[in-house]
Amino acid sequence: MSAPLIPNLFDLCKVLTAAIIGIVQQIIYALSGPVPPLRGLGDLLGSDLVINLVTLLIVATVVVLWVTVINLFTIMWVERKLYSRIQDRYGIMISIWSLPFWPFNRTGRPTHKGTGYLQNLADGVKLLQKENITPRNADSAMFHISPVLIASSTLMVFAALPWSSGFYVANLELGVLFILAAFSLAPLGILISGWAANNKYTLVGGLRAAAMLLSYSIPMILAVIALVVFTGTLDPILIVQQQDRLIVLFGTTLPIPAWYAFGPQFLGFLVFTVAMIAEMERVPFDIPEAEAELVEGWTTEYSGMRFGIVFAFKWLRMLAASALISILYLGGWGGPVFATLSVGGVPVPIFPEEFWFLLRVYLLSAFFVWLSWSIPRVRIDQILNIGWRRLIPYSLLAILIAAGFRVIG
Amino acid sequence: MPEFWINMGPQHPMTHGLWNMKVKVDGETITDAKPEIGYLHRGYEKIMEVREFQKNVVLTDRLCYVSSITWSHAYCLAVEKMMGIETPERGQWIRVISLELQRIASHLMWLASYGPDLGLLTGLLWCLRERELFLDLIQLMSGARMNQNFPRVGGVRNDLPENFGAMCRRSIEHFLEKVDNEYPKIFHESKVFRMRTEGVGRISAADAINWGVTGPNLRACGVNVDLRRLDPYETYEEIDFEPQVWHDGGAGDSYARFVVRYNELKESCGIILQAFEKMPKTGPYRVKSPRRAEGEGYAKTEDSRGEALFYVIGDGDDRPYRVKIRSPVFCTMAATPMLLRGNKLADVVAILGSVDVCVGEMDK
Amino acid sequence: MSAVAGHVPQVTGRPVPGIEKEVLEQLRAAFGPKLSDVKIVRPQLLEVSIDRKDLVPLCTYLKNTLGFEHLSCITAVDWKDRFEVVYHVENYYNGCMVQVTARIPYDDPKIVSLTGLWNAANYHEREAWDLMGITFEGHPNLERILLPTDFKFHPLRKNFAQEVDRQYITRRKLRGGT
Repeated sequence: MSAPLIPNLFDLCKVLTAAIIGIVQQIIYALSGPVPPLRGLGDLLGSDLVINLVTLLIVATVVVLWVTVINLFTIMWVERKLYSRIQDRYGIMISIWSLPFWPFNRTGRPTHKGTGYLQNLADGVKLLQKENITPRNADSAMFHISPVLIASSTLMVFAALPWSSGFYVANLELGVLFILAAFSLAPLGILISGWAANNKYTLVGGLRAAAMLLSYSIPMILAVIALVVFTGTLDPILIVQQQDRLIVLFGTTLPIPAWYAFGPQFLGFLVFTVAMIAEMERVPFDIPEAEAELVEGWTTEYSGMRFGIVFAFKWLRMLAASALISILYLGGWGGPVFATLSVGGVPVPIFPEEFWFLLRVYLLSAFFVWLSWSIPRVRIDQILNIGWRRLIPYSLLAILIAAGFRVIG
Repeated sequence: MPEFWINMGPQHPMTHGLWNMKVKVDGETITDAKPEIGYLHRGYEKIMEVREFQKNVVLTDRLCYVSSITWSHAYCLAVEKMMGIETPERGQWIRVISLELQRIASHLMWLASYGPDLGLLTGLLWCLRERELFLDLIQLMSGARMNQNFPRVGGVRNDLPENFGAMCRRSIEHFLEKVDNEYPKIFHESKVFRMRTEGVGRISAADAINWGVTGPNLRACGVNVDLRRLDPYETYEEIDFEPQVWHDGGAGDSYARFVVRYNELKESCGIILQAFEKMPKTGPYRVKSPRRAEGEGYAKTEDSRGEALFYVIGDGDDRPYRVKIRSPVFCTMAATPMLLRGNKLADVVAILGSVDVCVGEMDK
Repeated sequence: MSAVAGHVPQVTGRPVPGIEKEVLEQLRAAFGPKLSDVKIVRPQLLEVSIDRKDLVPLCTYLKNTLGFEHLSCITAVDWKDRFEVVYHVENYYNGCMVQVTARIPYDDPKIVSLTGLWNAANYHEREAWDLMGITFEGHPNLERILLPTDFKFHPLRKNFAQEVDRQYITRRKLRGGT
C-alpha cells in the first residue's frame, strides 16, 4: 500500500561513493605510473571495506543534515508560528526577503512580512557570535562536556530511527530499545550540567530534571513492553509493517488502519505520550527549565552556542519523540500511494512513505505545541505524583490488557 | 542536604520589580523567608516637602506606575480634606470613572504577569491585548497611557471627551465577552492552574488583619472589607456594586486571591457603566484650590492593591510640611514570610504573583 | 477576633453612623484626663493626642475592648521642638478610624513598640526608625528597611539637608564660576 521515495539510502549513497572513489582511483592509478607504491593505495581505496566505510559516513551525514538542518528549522518554525497564532499575534516574519542585499531587497514592499522561516537561522547566527562565558568556580570539564553529551546522545537516537522503510542509517533488530536508551542518556547530561555550573539555581533545576526524567522513564518503558507483547519484535520497520493493514473486528474488515493506538494498546499509547511529553521537558512538565522561578533552570549558565545546542536539542528531542510515537503507535509511514510517476525509468510515488511519516510527526508536534502553550506548568511534586501514582499503574494495566488480548488471540 | 538561603531577585524575571526575596529551603520546602526591599527607594516623602501641593501629583503618579490615577487621587483627596474644599459633583463622577478604568488596567496587568509566573505565557498576550482597550480609553480621557497627571486638588484636569460613554460601553462589551468566554478556559477551567494555586499560600483572616493585609488579599480570606463601602469617598455611596469577597470561608489561598481580583474586573465594568448613567451631563469639574494651607488632612482609598492612605500636614506654606504614604504592598510584604512558610520552592512565584507586588509603591 | 460587649459582631462592611461619638465617650470614660486635644474631624474620624507613656494602655483598650483591629499606618513627624508619632487605627466592624498622636521630646526619641498588639506595626516602625530615627523599644528587629544598612543618617529629619532650591545650574557654575 505504501512505497518509499528512497528505497534504500545505503545503496543510493553507495552508488555515489563508488563513483567518487572510482574517480579518485583513476587519478591515483594515473599518478602511480612514476610512483609505483601508489598502486597499492589505489587498490586499497577500491576495496569493499573502504567503500562501505565512506558510504556509511556519507549516509550518517545525510541523515544528520536532514534532521538538524531541514527538520529542526521546520519544526522550530512550526512551533513559533503556531504559538504566536494561539496568542493572537502574527509571529516570526523574517524571511529571505528581509535580507538587505540584491536580489532580495525589494523596494516599496514590506520586508518584515514574510513567512518567517529564516528567523531561526538568524537566531542561530546570533548565538554563534556571542561570548562563551564559563563561571569561575564551575567544574570546567563537566561544564563543557554536558552539552556535547546531550547533543551526541540525541543524535544517536537518529542513528536508529528510520524515516521510511529505506531512509535510515542503520536498521537494528533492537532498534526501539536502542532509541529509548539513547533518549534516556540526556538526563545524565542535564544533571551534570546542573551540578557543574556552581549555581544554586542550576543545581535545583538539574536535580528536578533528574528526578522527573528518571521517574518518567519507567512508565515509558513499561508502555513499550506492553507494545512488545503484541508485536513480538523491537525492530521499528517490522513494527510499522505490522500496522500496515486494516482492522479485522469479529470477521469484518473495517476501513480503519490497524494502528496500535486504536486497538487494545490505547492505554499504552496515552501513557507513552504523557511520559514522552515529560521526557521532552515541555510545558506542562518543564519545571527543570522553569523560567519563572529558576531563570533558565539548568541552562542558566550557558551562553552562546552552548546554550544554542541545549536549546535546539530540546526541539530535536521533540522530533525524536514524535517520530517514535508515530512509529510505535500511529502506523509509522503507512499511507496510500495515490499514483506513481515514472521519471526516467525510476518509479516515483506521489505520496511516498516519507511524506506520510513527516505528516504524522509534524501533526503530533503541533499537538504538543498546542498543549504546551495552553496549560500552566505543573509543580515538581505534582509531576512526580502523576508519574509514580498514576502512570505506572496505568502502564502495568496496559501490560495486563496486552497480555490478555494476546492470549485470547 | 543542609538548608540554604536562595536569593530570588533582585534580578529575576518574575518578581515584577526590583526587590529581593531570600528563602531558606530544605530540599524543596521553604522554612523561612526574608524580603529585602528598598532597592527602589526614591525619597518621596522628603521630596514632596519641597514641591507645591499641585506639583506633587506628578510625583504621586509615579508611586505605583501601573495604577497611577488611584495614587494621585488619594493624595488629592488628602490635600482637599486638609484645605477643606470639595470637588463638584461632576468632577467626582469623572474621578470615579477614571479610578475604575485604572483599576481594570492595573488588574489586567497583574493577570498578564500572573499567567507567565505559572508557565502560561498565552495569558500574557491575551490580557495585554485587552488592556490596550482600556489604555486607549485612559489616553482619550487624560492624554497619556501611564503617569497621566490627571487628578487635581479640587477636581480633575479636564472634562471627559465627547461620546466617551459610548466608547467605554463598546470597549467594555468587547472586554466582558472575552472575560466570560475566553479567559476561564485557560484560568478557571484549567485543572493544572487550579492545582498550582489552590491551597498554596494560605493565610487566615485573623493573621491577615493582624499583619495589616488589606484589599483583595484580605477579601480573599473572607473578610468583607472594601473601603469603597466601609468609608465611602467620592460618589461611591450612590453606586450599586458588590465588594467581591471569597465567601467559602477559611481559604485565603492563591486561588481565592485570583478569583477575587478577577471578579473585581467585572465589577469595575459595572461601576463604570452605572457612572455614565448617573452622572450629571454638565457641570463644573474642578474647583480652584487655595495656594497655601494649614492643618492636617488624611484620606484612605481603595487602591488596586489595598488600602492606600495619605496623611498630609501643612503649616501655612504652599508646600506640605509632611506627607506620609501608606502603601498596601509594604504591609503585605511583612506578611509574606507567613504566606511562604511550609510551601514548596516552586510555589514562591505563584504566591508572590497572587499578592500583586508593585515595587514602586512599596519602596516609595 | 476580639469581643465587644460579649458578642462577636460580624464584619458587614458598612459604616455605622455616629460611631465616632460613641467611641469618644468610651475613650473619655476610660482615659479622661490623659487625653488632650480631642476632636471629631469628620464623620468616622476621631483625633486624640496623648503623651507617650499612655500609649500602650490606650492602644490595648482600643484593640481589646473596642475592637480596633487594624493598624493602618504609623507616621513620624518632626516638629522642630518635638517629635510626634501618629497612629491610625481602624475598626472594621463599624468603620471608625482613630488617629492617636503621641508626643515625644526632641532629645529623647524613644517610644514603646506596638508590635505586641498589632504585627502590622513591625514594618512601619522600622521605616520610622530608618527615616526619622525614632527608636521603638521592644521591636524584634529594628534595622533599616528602605535605606542601605550602613547608611548613617536619618534623612526625613528637618536638619538633614533638603533639596536645594530648584534652579538650572549651568555648567559654568558647576565648574566653580558664577
